[in-house]
Amino acid sequence: MKPGHGEVLLAEGDPRVREDEERLVEEFRRQLDEGMWAAVPVRNPGSGRREAQMVKQYGDIPPDSERVIFFPRASGG
Amino acid sequence: MLLALLALALVTVVLAAPIAYRRATAWRLERARRRPAHAGGLDLTLYDPGRERRAEQRARELLRSCVNEEEWGMYRDLGFIRVAGRHARRELDRDRGPRPAYAYLVYPHKPIVAYVPESGQLLSEYCVEFPDLTGNGGRHRLPASDDVLAKWMALTSDEDRVIRRANMHLVGRQLDPARVRRDLWRLAEWERRRGNREQVHQSQR
Repeated sequence: MKPGHGEVLLAEGDPRVREDEERLVEEFRRQLDEGMWAAVPVRNPGSGRREAQMVKQYGDIPPDSERVIFFPRASGG
Repeated sequence: MLLALLALALVTVVLAAPIAYRRATAWRLERARRRPAHAGGLDLTLYDPGRERRAEQRARELLRSCVNEEEWGMYRDLGFIRVAGRHARRELDRDRGPRPAYAYLVYPHKPIVAYVPESGQLLSEYCVEFPDLTGNGGRHRLPASDDVLAKWMALTSDEDRVIRRANMHLVGRQLDPARVRRDLWRLAEWERRRGNREQVHQSQR
C-alpha cells in the first residue's frame, strides 16, 4: 500500500523457483529496510476467522501464503 | 537612384527569406528539445483526476479479499469495521467468542474507538496514521479502504504494538460521541437484520 497510490504490485513469482525466490527476498528486505510493516492475511485455525499475521523475516511467511502486504508503519496521529 | 536601392533591398529580402526561415525553425526545435521537464522549477506533471478514484477502487477490492464476509458487509453498508479486542483482564472475559470484553470501531482516516459491546460504553479513541515513508515530499495518505485495512491488519496481528504507537484520548477529541453511539445503534440494527436474513435462508433450506 502506497500513500497517494494505493495498491502497487512490487514483485511476484513462485518461491519454489530459486531466481524468483531471490527476487522476492530482495524486495521483502528492501520494503522492511524502508520501514514498512509486512502482514499476511490468514485464517485463524481455531475460530476460522480471517486475521493478519505480521512477518518480520522472509522465513516467517506461511508457506501457503498467496501474498504479503506491505504498509506504512503506524504512528500516533 | 532611390528606386534602384529599393529594388535591391527587395531582392535581398526575397533571397534571404528561406534561409532565415530555416534558421528560425531549427532554433525553435533546438529550444524545445533543451527545455527541461519542470520548467522554471514548477511541477508541470499532469494531474490525473481519476487516480485517487481508481486507487480507492483497488483498495476496496483488496480489503474485501482480506477481511471476513461479515466485516466486509459492515464496511460496505456502514462505513466502518468492528474488530474484537484480544485482551481480557478477567478469566471470565476470555474466549467470549462473538461477544468480546471490548472491541474497536475502525473508521477510515479517523481515530479507532474502543468500546464495550455489552454496555455500549465508549472507552477511548486511538489516533493512528500510516504516513508516507518514501520521503518524496508532499503529504499523501492511503486511500480510505487501505487505511481501514492497515488498521485491521495491525489490530488483528499485533494489537499491542499499534495501540502503543497510537495517541490515546478520551472519546470526543476528534469524534463526536453522539455520532459514535449512533453508529453502535446502526451496527446493532445491521446485525439484527443480518441475523433475520440468515434465519430466513436457513428455514428455506
